[in-house]
Amino acid sequence: MAEFLFFLLSALCVGGVLGLILSRNAAYAALWVVLSFAALGALFGLLDGPFIAVVQIIIYAGAVMVLFLFVVMMIPLRPSAPSPKRKVFVAASLLLTACLAALIFLSLSASRGTSAAPAAPGFGGVRGIGRLLFTDLLYPFEITSLVIMAALVGALILAKKRKSP
Amino acid sequence: MIPASWFLALSGVLFALGVLAFLIKKDLLLMFLAVEVMLNAANLAFVAFARRHGLLEGQAAVFFIITVAAAEAAVGLAIILLVFRRKKTVKADEISVLKG
Amino acid sequence: MKEAFWMIPLFPAVGALGLLVFGSRLRRGAVSFLGCLTVLASFLLSLASFLGLSATAAAGGGPRIKVLFDWLDAGRLSAGLSFQFDALTAVMALVVTGVSFVIHVYSVGYMKGDRSYARYFGLLNLFVFSMLLLVMASNMIVLFIGWEGVGLCSYLLIGFWFEKPAAAAAGKKAFLINRIGDAAFLVGILFLVLFVGGTEFRLIERAALNGELGAGAATLIGLLLFAGACGKSAQLPLYVWLPDAMEGPTPVSALIHAATMVTAGVYMVARLNPLYSLSPAALETVAVVGAATAVFAATMACVQNDIKRVLAYSTISQLGYMFIGCGVGAYAAGIFHLFTHAFFKSLLFLSAGSVMHALSGELDIRRMGGLRRHLPLTYAAFLTGTIAISGVPFFSGFFSKDAILTKAFASGRHVVWALGLLAAVMTAFYMFRLLLRVFHGQERLEPSAKARLHESPPVMTVPLLILAFCSAAGGYLSLPVVFGKGLDRFPRYLESVILPGAEAHLSRGTEWLLIATSTAVALVGIVLAFLFYGRRTVVPETLIRTFPRLYRLVADKYYIDELYGAVIVNPLLRGSEAVYRDFDVRVIDGAVNGAARLTARAGKGLNVLQTGRVRDYALALLVGVLIVVGFLVL
Repeated sequence: MAEFLFFLLSALCVGGVLGLILSRNAAYAALWVVLSFAALGALFGLLDGPFIAVVQIIIYAGAVMVLFLFVVMMIPLRPSAPSPKRKVFVAASLLLTACLAALIFLSLSASRGTSAAPAAPGFGGVRGIGRLLFTDLLYPFEITSLVIMAALVGALILAKKRKSP
Repeated sequence: MIPASWFLALSGVLFALGVLAFLIKKDLLLMFLAVEVMLNAANLAFVAFARRHGLLEGQAAVFFIITVAAAEAAVGLAIILLVFRRKKTVKADEISVLKG
Repeated sequence: MKEAFWMIPLFPAVGALGLLVFGSRLRRGAVSFLGCLTVLASFLLSLASFLGLSATAAAGGGPRIKVLFDWLDAGRLSAGLSFQFDALTAVMALVVTGVSFVIHVYSVGYMKGDRSYARYFGLLNLFVFSMLLLVMASNMIVLFIGWEGVGLCSYLLIGFWFEKPAAAAAGKKAFLINRIGDAAFLVGILFLVLFVGGTEFRLIERAALNGELGAGAATLIGLLLFAGACGKSAQLPLYVWLPDAMEGPTPVSALIHAATMVTAGVYMVARLNPLYSLSPAALETVAVVGAATAVFAATMACVQNDIKRVLAYSTISQLGYMFIGCGVGAYAAGIFHLFTHAFFKSLLFLSAGSVMHALSGELDIRRMGGLRRHLPLTYAAFLTGTIAISGVPFFSGFFSKDAILTKAFASGRHVVWALGLLAAVMTAFYMFRLLLRVFHGQERLEPSAKARLHESPPVMTVPLLILAFCSAAGGYLSLPVVFGKGLDRFPRYLESVILPGAEAHLSRGTEWLLIATSTAVALVGIVLAFLFYGRRTVVPETLIRTFPRLYRLVADKYYIDELYGAVIVNPLLRGSEAVYRDFDVRVIDGAVNGAARLTARAGKGLNVLQTGRVRDYALALLVGVLIVVGFLVL
């Protein structure tokens, strides 16, 4: 059952990214990515991380991707004509990416192991994560809030329309 | 139980696809999306390792990555918007002022 | 106040700095005031130090040395910026500052109306500073700084009117020829470091007296240093720059090329007398070169028609005399001649300047004559100088020249003595020829010059009178022994510096005879001059007609300049040109330009990679990541 779920979610995930690569329309591409990220959230759930799974779906698939979609709507994206030179570029990209994938799998083959012991009850729950975040990782957590604040102000200032450009 | 290495393999595939998408997409916006895909591939690897070793720190790292990615997306999208306002395009190949 | 002597060079240095930097903004009066005042201050301080030295001389003790700071310390070579004040330095400092001050004052009148008034006085001050550095140095390194400094100043001052091509060329010539000597001089200093282990004069003296320095090493060093002195003091074969140096302003000729700078070589030899005394060969060379130069230059002076050039050749000849003195071991006599010569030669030059001033720059004695009536003061001054230099008894030149000749005879070098006598005849002859041609006889002036004929202003004539007094009376500081015991104050004063050698003593009769000979010789020269140029110039014209080739040879300065040109300068020029054409332009410039072109090409080639497209960069980045990860994984 779990294996079936894994393969289904994996297929959705990879399919979403392939959709990003193959679709001509930017809005569709963004929606494909939403699908992919949602599936990824489900995969997190499969890995005993319910809190992270929820955060992934709410923040990534929800907030961030909606932001992307907004911008996609604001900017008229027209498809450009493919040039012959680009074909060489695409071929080179494919080749190099294949090499990268090969390297990644080579390095993973060293860490192939048997399945781990079942997780302790409550692993990855809000309680565990919350305790960790507010004890050991308190400072990074607080600093993150500052980062978000800075990003908020920066984005506002950048995107604001200026009176005299 | 599914072995963690399966998840790791999936993470590798996602990362490679993200790289490919970054390379062959022409719009800044979609290239930015490809970067997000790569980030999520890394997240998956984090969670998989956390599961394998039974440590919550991996999931906490993902939490931080997601929050920072959200901030980064906000700023990045603002910049893209600004570029569009200036250049009237977001095609990466058409923005080549720094040409030698 | 006892240690204040090291400040003597400071005043002219400050003056030079001030005048050269801010001079163009000062008024002329301020410039003259500053220029003269600094030298006067130096002179007064020298006088005070001299008196202080005399007071303490009785108490004994070595020279006073003031080390300002350690300047060089590299391996065996170490030198401090240190000054030394002893009897020899005192004499030289007094001569330099005294004569310089008089010439400064004279320049106020002579250079009036020149455009670069402040530059002139600045350079003059700089020259005095360099010369003081030279005579007050306590080691060869500092001496060399002063040595080069006076060379530089002479270059700048000879070429003072650099708009005139001849002046610029003369400056260049003086500088280059001095360079040749200086190169040998520098090598000599290095050998000194090698053999003695230092360049402090005390050290050299100790090494020479202890026998640490062999005769061979002393000969080598002595000859090399003497080569430098030949350049600076215009001896054979490096004398050619001095006559050309007359292109500079006349006070400069008086200051640099008569009174002070050219005496640097003589001073150096006298200063290093312990070293030279070790090496008979070096001394012999010095004496022979001196004697040869004295005669050689005198012959040329006899036929020149340019008033300043006659004086220039006479300077070379007199410098030869000083070297005769040093070469026969009578350093004190050499310095004494330097001392008296400084007075009468600057007097002669300044009088000549006064004549030129009166005649609007006329230099040719064929267009002068009969000026006695128009320029009485100048005439008196010139006459005094002429009598002094000719060696007429009871004037300064007589005593100093006689001292040298007596010592030369006493040392047994009769050839040198005879050459000295010959030079003395010619000296008297050409000096009186000059006097007669300029001040006596018919007026052969250009009408335009005659209209503006005038005696010089007091600011110029008063210095003349001062110098005339010194020229007449300077000799009484050192009378021959036969005139009485204890009258040779000058050599005895220098005894603390110049070690008394084993002097051959002459009998009274011989000495009287030598004095009579000197006197007779001077008189012969004067009489000859009167015979030749007194009323009519029949004799010289006949002589020229009889020996036209000889005359041309001498009048054209033995074609030495042409010889140097053909043998040294032209091949060098042509060789340099060839090197420039074939090596410099092709190889050096080619390499430089080639490197630049290579860089430009490479840049243009690599430029293609910088497309400005982010995705290309991303691809390159990926390649880099692959390489790094591949390296880590595989």
